[in-house]
Amino acid sequence: MATATRQIQWRSDFDTALKDAKGKLVLLDFSAAPM
Amino acid sequence: MYPDPRVVAFIDEHFVPVRVHVKENADEFQRLGSRFGAQWTPTTLIVDAEGNEQHRIEGFLPAEDFLSQLKLGVAKAAFARNDYTNAERLFGQVVDEHPGTEAAPEGLYWAGVSKYRATNDPSALRETARAFRERHQESSWAKKASVWNA
Repeated sequence: MATATRQIQWRSDFDTALKDAKGKLVLLDFSAAPM
Repeated sequence: MYPDPRVVAFIDEHFVPVRVHVKENADEFQRLGSRFGAQWTPTTLIVDAEGNEQHRIEGFLPAEDFLSQLKLGVAKAAFARNDYTNAERLFGQVVDEHPGTEAAPEGLYWAGVSKYRATNDPSALRETARAFRERHQESSWAKKASVWNA
């Protein structure tokens, strides 16, 4: 049986993410990893 | 990145995840890197809704250590908004659930501080100093707590 692998839904719009946070925190990841 | 399902689930529950890539988002990387003083990758920041940095993780960490740092950041954010009862609980989770990580002694220290702030009872600090005599004795946090020994 296939299992679904959850993935992180990364965004790149930090300023909008702050406005959307609504009780959550923003995880800001500076990365050089292959996309 | 972050293939561990525990890490993915924790991020999904607690964070709005934003990734700025050094090449793919070069302008944003430069702007936000300058704003937050991020000098290296990977650097992961936990930022509250007011845009204030609450915790910083620099460099790669294995999943267990990374998860413990994320939990530490969530606890620090609760502390920063003066929610000391929740902060004590969250720091305590770091201690109990990730005892082998560097986050554990830091969590133990701040759990004690949070309890003190919540209750104004200095015995919370003495109890924390006592706990450090039984575990994490070699950590810098044990040295910091040693001043609370009666």
